Amino acid sequence: MTAALSIRQLTKTYANGLQALKGIDLEVAEGDFFALLGPNGAGKSTTIGIITSLVNKTSGQVAIFGHDLDRELTAAKSQLGLVPQEFNFNVFEPVVEIVANQGGYYGIERKLAYERAEQYLKQLGLWEKRHSPARNLSGGMKRRLMIARALVHRPRLLILDEPTAGVDIEIRHSMWEFLKTINRQGTTIILTTHYLEEAENLCRNIAIIDEGRVIENTGMKQLLHQLQMETFVLDLARPLASLPDIPGHVLRRVDDTTLEADISRGTSVNRLFADLTARDIQVLSMRNKTNRLEKLFMYLVDNDRQAGVRP
Amino acid sequence: MNARQKFVAFKTIVFREILRFSRIWIQTILPPVITTALYFVIFGTLIGSQIGDMDGVRYMDYIVPGLIMMAVITNSYANVVSSFYGSKFQHNIEEMLVSPMPNYVILLGFISGGVARGMAVGLAVTLVSLLFSNLQIHHLAVIISVVMLTSVLFALAGFINGIYANSFDDISIIPTFVLTPLIYLGGIFYSISMLPEFWQKVSLINPILYMVNAFRYGFLGISDINLLASYAIILGFVAGLFGFSLHLLNKGKGIRS
Repeated sequence: MTAALSIRQLTKTYANGLQALKGIDLEVAEGDFFALLGPNGAGKSTTIGIITSLVNKTSGQVAIFGHDLDRELTAAKSQLGLVPQEFNFNVFEPVVEIVANQGGYYGIERKLAYERAEQYLKQLGLWEKRHSPARNLSGGMKRRLMIARALVHRPRLLILDEPTAGVDIEIRHSMWEFLKTINRQGTTIILTTHYLEEAENLCRNIAIIDEGRVIENTGMKQLLHQLQMETFVLDLARPLASLPDIPGHVLRRVDDTTLEADISRGTSVNRLFADLTARDIQVLSMRNKTNRLEKLFMYLVDNDRQAGVRP
Repeated sequence: MNARQKFVAFKTIVFREILRFSRIWIQTILPPVITTALYFVIFGTLIGSQIGDMDGVRYMDYIVPGLIMMAVITNSYANVVSSFYGSKFQHNIEEMLVSPMPNYVILLGFISGGVARGMAVGLAVTLVSLLFSNLQIHHLAVIISVVMLTSVLFALAGFINGIYANSFDDISIIPTFVLTPLIYLGGIFYSISMLPEFWQKVSLINPILYMVNAFRYGFLGISDINLLASYAIILGFVAGLFGFSLHLLNKGKGIRS
């Protein structure tokens, strides 16, 4: 199967001498939901800029569904939809015009472009606002407008650069469901986000970029397996007078009714519960102290910059 | 993209541009019409009545082609420079840049938008001029071809200005300090035969002189400049500016990092 995206030895040096990309290799399989993560200034946006031909590369190769950007730019662009990080539409234009015009730029006849605009604006809850100038939309609506615009030509590869930044939790979850649906229908998705629970929830594969290099590129499950220890927060039914001493477990008392427990990889959580139950300590609820991916992300980035050990 | 899809993309840009300037007609269409009407009143009716004939025609009739051309030039230029720079400023130019549409289609789309506004304003000014003058048509084909080519030329110039502009100040510097003086010294209000020989030769450097005179020939059958020389100059500029604009777009000047 042809890769949806193939990047070989991609470099970018800006005119001011900044070396944003230092030889990136990346491959995204067709149908994947792929997370491209990295700290600010890592090179994510430059990579996306080159893929979408908004940034000129210095060297290297990029192919979209086998179409090389240098040799078959038109064919490559036809496969691609972009939801950029910054709002980049004419704020004075009506919502429906923004989406339909984008279809027109891809050569889609006006009538069909309007039909598709209607379909996506309805799916994304913007149909009622179709005649409003885009400047009248809320931040979350503007994000959804950019998704509708990116889909109007039915791209096989959709790149989402921080699509849920500044969006409230309810709309974020509805956007997740929408993205899962179009991914299930066959659209390959590349997602960059600073909400790591979003990446963990949605993506099957992941690459982490830092300082212009790919420092990790693997499956989400494989990456999370690298986590050696997780810290759980336990909410207790009754207050504890003192920290219980349970051999084999590292516990910390946060307050009267809250404990933190470090669970090593391979250790069963059931054993901890059994030990707590034996001491008449009832747990009402349990949650991760930090997002697992967030913990790994911090470790990988720190480790890349200074030698360290797995958490 | 096949030819049909490219045509759809082209039409999309043109319709978008026409909608854009039509939505704000109070800013785009009305002011040049009012300004030109004032020229007709002041230079044509009030001062013109004291001047008498020029090159054998009434002064009011003499200045009408030049004033129409001035409106076409400034509006073709202004439409493209403001629209293209606005697209850069708001980053919505990226909507086109990420699409498979070739750069020449983008260029032709913006140029056609500029020509559409130039023609709309030109037509409005022509209608107003009928209130003040007995406009006649000497050679319709010359009128249409010269006004269209001139509009294309200045739309291209506006496009290049838009590419290089980094601020809203940059899009007003060229019209104010270059375009306006060239237009006023381009023979709209006078025949260069009135000038001393040295200044007649200097005037020949001004390309707008060729356009105004060719356009005037179409209406009145009189011109300070040979018609073929006018066409050669206009076509030469159009070809040169089109090639340069396309080169800048292909390089991504001002729009790609």
